[in-house]
Amino acid sequence: MNTNGAIKKMMIILSKGTLENVYAAFVLANGARAEGIEAEIFFTFFGLEAIHKQKLEHLHVATVGNPAMHMPTMLGGLPGMEALASSMMKKEMEAIDMPDVHEFLDILTASGVRLWACKLAMDMFHYKKEDMYDGIEAVITVGDFYKQSAGEGVHMLFV
Amino acid sequence: MEKLIAGKSVAVNEEGYLTDFSQWDKSIAEELAHEAGISLSPRHWEVLTYLQNEHQNQVALSIRRIGKSNFVDIKEFYQLFPTAPLKTATKIAGIPKPVSCI
Repeated sequence: MNTNGAIKKMMIILSKGTLENVYAAFVLANGARAEGIEAEIFFTFFGLEAIHKQKLEHLHVATVGNPAMHMPTMLGGLPGMEALASSMMKKEMEAIDMPDVHEFLDILTASGVRLWACKLAMDMFHYKKEDMYDGIEAVITVGDFYKQSAGEGVHMLFV
Repeated sequence: MEKLIAGKSVAVNEEGYLTDFSQWDKSIAEELAHEAGISLSPRHWEVLTYLQNEHQNQVALSIRRIGKSNFVDIKEFYQLFPTAPLKTATKIAGIPKPVSCI
């Protein structure tokens, strides 16, 4: 069958725990489902913060080392700066009907996005499955994730 | 452009969405659902009517709004319209395709 190279499934790897990266991964996964494309997210390294029950409500945008913030690095490093920038961004997000991280995870799982946690990173941070968002299907290895990615029209994206 | 749906010539845009809701009727919905591989159950009709009412009330439809609707939850919405639910359901309902990314 000629599918014209259409995308059938997006495999998204989230390795960062900053708000802007977490939202990028979530919007891409959600947007895929909205278009009838399957989507899965593999959370690894700092990306695990986005599914850690105690941490997911407290993610921040990066104010240091982020030239697009248009803020001098010295200033961005001041105490409270990240929290200030994050709360400003969260207000803007609410204004455009963007859900918070927990609600977004609920939307993703209800939409059929499959969520996986990386075993190696879980071990490294001493996290347990029960520390994580309940919608996480399993803690898996890189090899498992590759097996999960088999098939035509599957695309992989690293955030 | 015009398209022949259920024996009637109706105005549609390039993606096949009706551009004049007054031309919509149940036979058109049934044919559009058939094209999408869906056979409409009573629950489908309830959801379609709900979407039409929301559109009439000028609510910008999104998956998040569906989840907060207390009418149909996201899971059921995906069960009823498995592939691209919001796009498919609005097309069958004869209302414009939502533009939200969320």
